[in-house]
Amino acid sequence: MNATDTQIIRGKVYVAGDNIDTDQIIPAQYLNLVPTIPEEYTKLGSYALCGLPDTCLPFIQPGAVTSEYTILVAGRNFGCGSSREHAPIALGAAGIKAIVAESYARIFFRNAVATGEFFPFETARRLCDTFQTGDEAILDLKAGTLTRAPSRETFALNPLGAVAPVVAAGGLFAYARQTGMIGKKG
Amino acid sequence: MAMTITEKILARAAGKTRVIPGDNIWVKVDILLTHDICGPGTIGVFQQEFGKTARVWDPDKVAIIPDHYIFTRDVKAHRNIDTLRQFVQEQGIRHFYDPAESTYRGVCHVALPEVGLVCPGTVIFGTDSHTCTHGALGAFATGIGNTDAGFILGTGKLLIKVPKTLRFRIDGTLPPRVMAKDIILRIIGDIGFDGASYCAMEFTGDAIAALSIEERMTICNMAIEAGGKNGIIAPDEKAFEYIRARTSAPLDPVYGDPDATVEHEWRYDAATLVPCVAEPHVPSNYAPARDRTGVKLDRAYIGSCTGGKITDFRAAAQILRNHKVSVPTFLVPATVEVAEALLSETFDGRSLVQIFADAGCEEIAPPSCAACLGGPEDTYGRTSGSEAVISTTNRNFIGRMGSKNSRIWLASPLTVAASAVTGHITDPRDIS
Repeated sequence: MNATDTQIIRGKVYVAGDNIDTDQIIPAQYLNLVPTIPEEYTKLGSYALCGLPDTCLPFIQPGAVTSEYTILVAGRNFGCGSSREHAPIALGAAGIKAIVAESYARIFFRNAVATGEFFPFETARRLCDTFQTGDEAILDLKAGTLTRAPSRETFALNPLGAVAPVVAAGGLFAYARQTGMIGKKG
Repeated sequence: MAMTITEKILARAAGKTRVIPGDNIWVKVDILLTHDICGPGTIGVFQQEFGKTARVWDPDKVAIIPDHYIFTRDVKAHRNIDTLRQFVQEQGIRHFYDPAESTYRGVCHVALPEVGLVCPGTVIFGTDSHTCTHGALGAFATGIGNTDAGFILGTGKLLIKVPKTLRFRIDGTLPPRVMAKDIILRIIGDIGFDGASYCAMEFTGDAIAALSIEERMTICNMAIEAGGKNGIIAPDEKAFEYIRARTSAPLDPVYGDPDATVEHEWRYDAATLVPCVAEPHVPSNYAPARDRTGVKLDRAYIGSCTGGKITDFRAAAQILRNHKVSVPTFLVPATVEVAEALLSETFDGRSLVQIFADAGCEEIAPPSCAACLGGPEDTYGRTSGSEAVISTTNRNFIGRMGSKNSRIWLASPLTVAASAVTGHITDPRDIS
């Protein structure tokens, strides 16, 4: 999937806190699934965030394979831990189009950019205390804003910075081809 | 302009005379490491992007070390190892250590240096966040995902950002029964779980110089638990001796300039460090072991790339040779070399294997990552209920060792062994 196909992302928000690690995003027992095999990519999505404590609202309803949530709002150090690319892929496969966090763990952020599964935005403000799971929101990629639909409150997203061209190209391979680092596909 | 060791290695790998933190540069890769849980996906990306018949950039620079899901009945886990087998055969990759053959090694971060593939001044990427371990021998080493690794397979290069350096200077002498694990848990406790995000963590000082290579590996291994991009220790005679015993490859080490600028320098007096634990559920939850003696335990675990080296088992044996454990104690040597040393090394005429058996430990598992990261249901040592575990591993996240209801305290092998004896968290200085 390529996250750059659209300018507006609209949908329900799922809110998570600080230090959501990769074991919570995709528990290790599912790492036997290979993301480049299409049916296993889908299966990874069905397990996204199933490692959250049982006290959290389910990210995916029992029996469903994708999530009703499109935007994930989180606190600090989202995606800390493992380099498993299964983590951003599970979130993308579940239907997440953008994450808005206070900060990311480095490898997770890089994998998000490299795979182009979703937009990994940061905000200066701690939005996980402002938004509630189930809120409708609109993320405007061009304006760089996240708007809470009912109240129309709008929050600025940090620019993607140095990775913007990679994200804009649609991931690492597309960027490398665009800049002549590698030849055309095939 | 003066550069740190990390900046100098990256500058050399990029063919530049200087780099500064924040530069985005293409670096040439010396070793790409992968294993059974990320290897098949990496190969998938490589074949999708470069074509089914594409050749890897240099088969001698690719190391494929299956280690995660080896001793399991899980069908997909075996399929994944078959995928690796087919790929190494097609590509002529010789650094492959097949679990079904006598060449099997075990946990990749202990195996890679064992087979002589970690050299100072080199650039190593691995599809595992604990790839930062290899900075212990003066390499730049960091974890990446499948897409980056697939890119490297095809090109031998990767675009990376030069990190700022945080320096940790530990001077003085470590007190008895204080280990490398206590140093790194203290540092992570001080700077926080994301305290080194995007940064190089450089470790220096007399106390670091006095550590064995394996103890240095414990420190660099956990750089990622503070969010670090890499952990690194300048190579010295000890490092060269370790490497020369394992490879005849010419060494071309890199050293930082003494006047290089670092983002921040933290200083510690080793004499003030104490045996400690990291409490659930983040590695930065530091507490001195003596302050947590009220924590009752259900099990102890010694293993993983962090705490399953021969040094770690020697330390545990120092305590367990005089005692019996009072909670189930699971032992997983990181590699076959470690497992063999458990049989050949002795204390007062008893092998380490015998000492652990006499102490009442569980039967020693074959080398692999085992329950460090939970794994398939039938994994040795995996938690299944609300166990309180003290472990020499590197992560105490919710559900990390299997069950979401279990709780994990991270500690040195000495502290784990002492606690296994008493059944509650115990400072190893408080036991004979």
